[in-house]
Amino acid sequence: MAKIQLNGKKHTLNQKFSLLGLLKKFKINEKKIAVELNGKIIIKSKYNSVFLKDKDKIEIVHFIGGG
Amino acid sequence: MKDNFFIGGKLIKSRLIVGTGKYKNFKETALAVKASGADMVTVAVRRVNILDKKKPMLTDYLNPKKIKYLPNTAGCFNAEDSLRTLRLAREMGGWKMVKLEVLGDKKNLFPNMIETLKATKILVKEGFKVLVYCSDDPLLAKKLEDLGASAIMPLASPIGSGHGIQNKINLSLIIKNAKVPVIVDAGIGTPSDATIAMEMGCDGVLVNSAIALSNKPILMAESFKYAVISGRKSYKAIRMQKVLYGSASSPKKGLI
Repeated sequence: MAKIQLNGKKHTLNQKFSLLGLLKKFKINEKKIAVELNGKIIIKSKYNSVFLKDKDKIEIVHFIGGG
Repeated sequence: MKDNFFIGGKLIKSRLIVGTGKYKNFKETALAVKASGADMVTVAVRRVNILDKKKPMLTDYLNPKKIKYLPNTAGCFNAEDSLRTLRLAREMGGWKMVKLEVLGDKKNLFPNMIETLKATKILVKEGFKVLVYCSDDPLLAKKLEDLGASAIMPLASPIGSGHGIQNKINLSLIIKNAKVPVIVDAGIGTPSDATIAMEMGCDGVLVNSAIALSNKPILMAESFKYAVISGRKSYKAIRMQKVLYGSASSPKKGLI
């Protein structure tokens, strides 16, 4: 079990998740986002091989309207 | 007559760049962008709403393959945060052309030029093509250019204020000095403000609130399209000299 912080909110993961697995769990299209794990950008090709652990801080961002 | 507009070596098909914020919904955003004829739009980087199952995304309405996305750093108040934002934006889809906007004051939204200069230097080193929102200070604008900015984007008046160009002399000095494109960013309130900027010799204008907050954004977007084209043509045509007295347009010869 891992307690993570996802976009500023606490989440508890009951099983082992890769980043890709986490994105799938929340139905997020990995092509349209970028991910930062503990302050470091994770490149898309690593989504499958990076696994989440306790106290990880994850930011998932996308583009929205702006000026 | 060809009058191509390049930023950082990239052809931009319209001198009107539009923002995508403050619209009612994504559909209205897309229709307004289309009506504006813009080839490049600014976008912001924000957290995905994890728990929203529908997750409507801007990219579903504005195809980044058809229209150039210009990621911004809106909401950043220091160099570090703006770098973080733009590195994420680059990771999202390879965007190297970005809009740097480091704010200094939460109320007037004036840029923090010290942090802006710092961030510009690093971004240029990292291979970004940086379009920089800045104060209308001719010395700082030149400094940005020396640091490698791809375009200088002085404010006309505070962001979202709609007051138009408040300091024409400064803007003229910036235009005269610059070897990179000068794009008026922020403060444009009406299409005629945009025309004035273009007639003064700006290479382009960036407009968001003036379109999105008008009563009919799609109609206003179209009006801006023509205003920018009109101003540019007027600049290229070079205006007549002003004279003190009246000068009749009809010849005296043959008068009955």
